[in-house]
Amino acid sequence: MNDNNSCTSVFLIGVGGQGILLASAILSQAAMLCGCDVKTNEVHGMAQRGGTVIAQVRYGKKVYSPLVTEGSARVLCSFEAAEALRAAHYLAPDGLAVVNQYQIIPVSVSSGMATYPEHVEELLKKQFPRLCYFDATQKAIEIGNPRTANVVLLGALSKGLELEESVWEEAIRKTVKPQFIEINLKAFAAGRATVQ
Amino acid sequence: MKELLSGNEAIARGAYEAGVRVAVGYPGTPSTEILENVQRYKDKIYCEWSPNEKVAFETAAGACLTGARSIVTMKHVGLNVAADPLMTLTYVGTEGGFVAIVADDPGMHSSQNEQDTRNYARFAKIPILEPSDSEEARDFLVTGLDISEKFKTPVILRTTTRVSHSRSLVELKERIEHVPQGFKKNPPQYVPIPAWARPMRQRVEKRLLALTEESSNSPLNRIEWGERQLGIIAVGIAYQYAKEIFPEASILKLGWCYPYPDKLIREFAAGVKRLLVVEELDDFVEEHVKALGIPCDGKNIVPNIGELSPLRLMEIRAKIEGTAIPEHKPIKDASLLPPRPPVLCPSCPHRSIFAALGRFDVVVTGDIGCYSLGVSAPLNRMDTILCMGGGISMAHGMKIAGETKRVVGIVGDSTFFHSGITGLLDIGYNKSAPVIIVADNRITAMTGHQDNPGSGKTLMGDSAYQASITDFAKACGIKRIFTIDPHNFNAMVALLKESFETPEPTVIIALSPCVVDDRSALRPALKIDPTICKHCKMCLKVGCPAIESMDNTIKINPLLCGGCKLCQQICKFGAIS
Repeated sequence: MNDNNSCTSVFLIGVGGQGILLASAILSQAAMLCGCDVKTNEVHGMAQRGGTVIAQVRYGKKVYSPLVTEGSARVLCSFEAAEALRAAHYLAPDGLAVVNQYQIIPVSVSSGMATYPEHVEELLKKQFPRLCYFDATQKAIEIGNPRTANVVLLGALSKGLELEESVWEEAIRKTVKPQFIEINLKAFAAGRATVQ
Repeated sequence: MKELLSGNEAIARGAYEAGVRVAVGYPGTPSTEILENVQRYKDKIYCEWSPNEKVAFETAAGACLTGARSIVTMKHVGLNVAADPLMTLTYVGTEGGFVAIVADDPGMHSSQNEQDTRNYARFAKIPILEPSDSEEARDFLVTGLDISEKFKTPVILRTTTRVSHSRSLVELKERIEHVPQGFKKNPPQYVPIPAWARPMRQRVEKRLLALTEESSNSPLNRIEWGERQLGIIAVGIAYQYAKEIFPEASILKLGWCYPYPDKLIREFAAGVKRLLVVEELDDFVEEHVKALGIPCDGKNIVPNIGELSPLRLMEIRAKIEGTAIPEHKPIKDASLLPPRPPVLCPSCPHRSIFAALGRFDVVVTGDIGCYSLGVSAPLNRMDTILCMGGGISMAHGMKIAGETKRVVGIVGDSTFFHSGITGLLDIGYNKSAPVIIVADNRITAMTGHQDNPGSGKTLMGDSAYQASITDFAKACGIKRIFTIDPHNFNAMVALLKESFETPEPTVIIALSPCVVDDRSALRPALKIDPTICKHCKMCLKVGCPAIESMDNTIKINPLLCGGCKLCQQICKFGAIS
């Protein structure tokens, strides 16, 4: 069973500190500006201490569950390369996967208790027929602030959604602090340009 | 105007709109953001972080007896601490509206157990309300205050993690003031000495009958007729999942499940062929439906462990319809991923405590806070956890039972004030000799940096007296008291060694600020000199996320390192500077 027809689900995953909650806030704002009902869910508390962080956004005419049903997300966006695999089962078969090439090595790997998968790109290509895999962190550095990688990714994932292009700028202006609006608009445009 | 609010933000907004005067609590995920957001209305609402939930509950109880609308917030296990005042406030009753907001954590995202708070409502014979989204969270608080005033009863508003931390649209309203009339002396009403407690006890039962009638007529409970083949009684957020997965079914939505709305349950059951109760955790409603003589499905097909989700409901639907259960497990390649459990942050002062304890063969009784993460590999230096304050008392218990190893009890600053002091008093009074380490970072860090009696600031933003842990320890009869900066690793090890050789109780206050809260405590990042590094991997044994190792290279990530120098002190070759 897939998502009910009137709802769009987006699943974001990454590691604590990558700005996932801001990306989720901008996306929610954009959906609201389009007149949609919106529900989101975020992970707080213990998991934020270096752990996997998840944000889920659902919008449409009427949204009931704030949680995305496995196998139904229109877009899966992973802020870290390999983490995309952890949430792959949330993506709909024809959904778009936007994945940052940036890798974050967890303590479990550094202390020799676990390994980081070797051929991440191959695994991703095998898993996701519609994959947008690029180094959003590098793009953000080129733009002038590595912390805007989240909005670069948001720009890319916006291509997988049907929200009007014009609402994104307003959503960014309404959500980020005034001094960061311009750089985030640049970041968004750079991300959006990576998806054909 | 509609705003996208989390359940916790919506509850804070509800407190503002309902004319609440006093809002108190103790931090605990997933409840913490309620008071943090009430703070935005501090010109209208007095708010505070109390030392623990019992104190908070009693504070709100006192406030409500002056006629002030009052709320108290906590997580589910916090209500265990506040159960004593709860069980008698139910007799004494309320004047101004009193709502205890208790956030459950099905699935144990950030908790040590997953108890179902609804059982407390039945235990205390008081109403419990369960919102299913943010708008309801706001509305139900307002209704709860009205019910409290109308029936002179405390009310519990129960959220769950997914209600507290999900966002949905809320139409904002204006504040309606409720001016308190002041305390009016009336001992037979407020003093439960046995002679007066007995009539109070009678009143509680009468009130319960009246509330049962009220809950059947309340708009918080409603029937949404659909097809009559299947009727679902859906409680709290389970309603949202049921609407998603069983769009055609008839639904009895329960937002006020206790006292049970018997009339409504009977009416609904009579109107459907098959009845299913969908509720998270215990069979709280199901058991009662069966007691009414109504057959139903419930925990025979709905899990009673962990949280529900749309997928869980799809599985339940498949079981009812006898179709194949949908498979949506993580993909096979996900098993290649390294685990990412929460870890102590780079430069966390707690890390050094556990690294130092790793040098000794001792038993460590732990506590609830960031330092709980000391249990994880590669530190592996915590042996038990029970509850807040438990690290101190359990160390005492192990010593008096004759445990031959040295025993170390760990507590944080906030948990020391919460319920560690009484345990330490026991150690001083009944003479045992554990080593107690207070991991004192001057903030309640795990829940997101709330102030506490040691941090010198209140929730309202005023400066405050900084409670001294040393003075508390002295007053408890402890003579060996040390304050040390745990980042000084060798001194920490030496102090522990000396303390383990002394047959006296010791309190070590490991004092250093949380670097996430106090960025001024950060220092320039360190580097590993690859020409000196011998790859002995000793630095990796402290489990610092800033020290990255893959393919036989070890390096420090300059974006993560906070310059605490623990690794530098541990490196035997001087490769880190």
